[in-house]
Amino acid sequence: MKKLLARRELSLLVAIILIVCVAITLQPRFASEQNIRSILLWVPLLAVAAMGQTAVIITRGIDVSVGSILGLAGMTTAILLRDYPQLGVGGAAVIGIGLGAVLGAINGGMIAFAKVPPIVATLGTLGIYRGLTFIVSGGRQVDDYQLPKDLMNWSLEGPALLSKVPFVNSIPWVVWIALLVMILSHLWMTYTRYGRDVYALGGNPDAAALRGIPVNFVTFMAYVLCGIGGGFAGVLYASRYGTVNPSGIGNGFELQVIAAVVIGGVSVFGGTGGAPGVALSCLLLGVVNVALSVLAIADTWQMAIYGLVLLIAIIADERFARSARKRAGEAV
Amino acid sequence: MITRIRSRFGPEIVAIVLLVLAFGFSAFREPRFLDAEYLFDRSTLYMEAGILALSMTFVIIAGHIDLSVTSILALVGAICTTLVSKYGLPPVAIIFIAPVVGGALGALNGLLVSKGKLPSLVVTLATMALFRGVAQILLGDHSLPMPKELVGIHKIQLPGTYFHIPMVLLTVLAVVAAVVLHGTVWGRWVTALGTNAEAARHAGIPTGKILIQLFTLSGVAAGIGSMLMLSRLGVARFDHARGLELDVITAVVLGGASIFGGRGTIFGTITALALVGVVQTGMGVAGVKAEVQVAVIGLLLIVSVLFSNITARKRGR
Repeated sequence: MKKLLARRELSLLVAIILIVCVAITLQPRFASEQNIRSILLWVPLLAVAAMGQTAVIITRGIDVSVGSILGLAGMTTAILLRDYPQLGVGGAAVIGIGLGAVLGAINGGMIAFAKVPPIVATLGTLGIYRGLTFIVSGGRQVDDYQLPKDLMNWSLEGPALLSKVPFVNSIPWVVWIALLVMILSHLWMTYTRYGRDVYALGGNPDAAALRGIPVNFVTFMAYVLCGIGGGFAGVLYASRYGTVNPSGIGNGFELQVIAAVVIGGVSVFGGTGGAPGVALSCLLLGVVNVALSVLAIADTWQMAIYGLVLLIAIIADERFARSARKRAGEAV
Repeated sequence: MITRIRSRFGPEIVAIVLLVLAFGFSAFREPRFLDAEYLFDRSTLYMEAGILALSMTFVIIAGHIDLSVTSILALVGAICTTLVSKYGLPPVAIIFIAPVVGGALGALNGLLVSKGKLPSLVVTLATMALFRGVAQILLGDHSLPMPKELVGIHKIQLPGTYFHIPMVLLTVLAVVAAVVLHGTVWGRWVTALGTNAEAARHAGIPTGKILIQLFTLSGVAAGIGSMLMLSRLGVARFDHARGLELDVITAVVLGGASIFGGRGTIFGTITALALVGVVQTGMGVAGVKAEVQVAVIGLLLIVSVLFSNITARKRGR
């Protein structure tokens, strides 16, 4: 098993290196500090949201509302900071993330306890949360000058502790935050009981129930995590872009998140994949994204490329799963 | 007798009751709702969704889902208008090309689901992005005009009535769909597939072939829907019908088709589509923003599934 997973991560790494090489050959400007910076700023948002979605897809579920969760949490955080600056960036961020958790819990409750299929529940809340984003904002956007400088600085400055270290000192806070989230997710998924339960549930739901795993609770928590990831990403969005528009924020983001998770080796058949692969695939998508703009390939190609790569990843997964089954069958 | 009807057509009855309530409330608040001309005029907005909902009913009864239909609609529109504007195809030809292109795109979904043994949800999620993405590559942020002679089909009415051509088309297709679903072997096969795919396969039903046919049908419907939408709006854009899949799936599920497969009626779907239309029109008249309307439809979708889950549990299923 470990070998198989390693193969996905290795191929992602090779893909990243290949794309970087091609991009630099075609356009040396790709390696400029500004471009590296824009990759570094692009990836954290996606990576933080993808960690929660990873747990959901491992349990054989899906959460298409994550873009709307990001939107509602990010919008609420921005409005709070505009109207109640005394909350402080930390306070508002906690509220934003907490709101994400509540929204995720609504999804999870319907899916785990009321047995609404994940696609129906989250397709519904995709619309509902987007509508709420409009209601809380009154349809108006929050501009960057209305937000405190501290929030923006997350995307501009690194920790003071590292300010003397060359290279590393230019890495902004959001990257460190995302790294921490990824490491914690990985440790949690790999070494805690809950994490193992998630894999057991995804691998074989019936067996998991028979083994006494609290299936409903594990499912519920996966969506809560996804909500937390979405809420956190919403806060980072406000920090990254400053201008928060109710129809723009997080719109269509679910596709990128799901693509990142599936390309990262989390099988839609459940039970396999993990944080390292997803982290690499987020980096891959970031590199592709910036490479496209540096190579002056129109934005209009982006959606088709996501769709195609996602499709290829799904097909590859299935081939993979089938050959694994065959091998297992031969062994027996 | 009455209890039998209630237990067999419970969801459809709920849809009818809701439709009557919504209509009554809207008419009470806005007298225009009692004006036939106004209603028929508003109804033109829902004909494309109606045609997509017919094929979606089959797909959902079979225990699958097709999220890509609205993207197929956009891509077919992009391809057809490009063929006319850039390659000088005679405009009338695209009426025939549209369903074929749509069917081909749908067949791709079907092949992946059937031969590739992939879940329809993720396949169509991927092709939803892929197809709309290709439409975006073709059109960019611009729009291409629909040939003039094909614009405005929704304004042509049957002489002496308010019935417009798209509504006539939808009515005919709905009747055909109902006959196929409830009165043919193929319709029974689709239902059997959704009730228990494994059992259906063992019973000798060609499940793989049916899946490909279902998704092809879905694509053909999107192709027809595309022509109606382009004729109504006059231009093709890559973001046409974006998010319409929510309305379509809501109509099908609210109309009593089980999201787990095996049950559903065309009558229920059409009733629920009318309900969605009345609710949206009512909100529009009341000045509710489009985004909030989407939220209400999303709520309707969730509530309908919650409701059917609860009643199913009560019956001890």
